[in-house]
Amino acid sequence: MVELHALLLKAARFEVNRRRASLPHLRGDDHEDLAQQSADDALLAVLGKLGEFRGESRFTTWAYKFALLEAGVKVRRRAWQGREVPLEDEAWAVLADARRGVSGEAETRDLIEALGEEIERSLSAHQRAVLVAVTLNDVPIDVLAERLGSSRGALYKTLHDARRKLRAALAERGFDTAERDRSEQR
Amino acid sequence: MSQADDRIDAARILARTLGPGGPELSCEECFAELDRYVELELAGADADGSVPGMRAHLAGCPACDEDHRSLLGLLGDG
Ligand SMILES: [Zn+2]
Repeated sequence: MVELHALLLKAARFEVNRRRASLPHLRGDDHEDLAQQSADDALLAVLGKLGEFRGESRFTTWAYKFALLEAGVKVRRRAWQGREVPLEDEAWAVLADARRGVSGEAETRDLIEALGEEIERSLSAHQRAVLVAVTLNDVPIDVLAERLGSSRGALYKTLHDARRKLRAALAERGFDTAERDRSEQR
Repeated sequence: MSQADDRIDAARILARTLGPGGPELSCEECFAELDRYVELELAGADADGSVPGMRAHLAGCPACDEDHRSLLGLLGDG
C-alpha cells in the first residue's frame, strides 16, 4: 500500500510539474500539496477499481493513469479558480477574426460563416454553451464540468452530439466537411 | 499575423468545432483503454488497429488528449 501510494505520487508529481507554467501564482509547497492530494485520491480510485485490472498492461501503467487523471483535473481546476468562464460573445469575436483572416479564401470564409450561423440555429442552448466554451473559448472540459455539476464524459457526449448536428447542417447546405477531413489527413 | 497563421487559425477552429469525422470512443472507454494503448504505442505495435476509435477521440477531446500525452511522457521518461 505504501509502495502503491509512492508510485501514484511519482505520477502526480510528474503531472503537476508538467503543468507548472499554468499555475504561475502557486508556490512550491502548493505544488507538492496538489500532488499529494492527487495521489491520495488516486489511491482510493485504484483500490476501488482493482477488480477491473485485467492485466492487459503492466500494473504500474494502469495505476499511473489514475494519478495522472487526478492531478491533471486538479491542476486545470486550480488554474481556473476564481476565473469566470468566458461569455459566448467572446466566441463570436473568435469566429469573426478567423473569417477575416481567410477573407481571400472564399470557400473557407463561407464555411466559417455558415458554421457560426449553425451554432446559433441548430444547437440546443446546452449544446451551444458546451461547444462554445470548450472549442472556441478554450475552457478545459473538466473545469466546465465542475461549474455545471457534470462530468467530463457527459459533457463530451453533449459536445459530440453538437458536432454531429453541425456537420449534418453544413452538409445540408452543401459544405463537404468529410472531404475536409480527408485533405487534413493528407 | 501572417497569412499562414490566419489559415492555421481557421483550420484549428474548424477542427475543434467540427471534431473528428469518424467513429470514436467515449471518454470512459478512452480511459479504460489508455494504459494498453500507450504500451502498444511505446512497443511500436499497431495501437490504432488494436484500439479503434482511440485516435479519433484523442483528436476530438483535449482533456483525454492531455492525459494520453502525460502517460506517454511519464513512461517514456523511464
Ligand atoms: Zn475524452
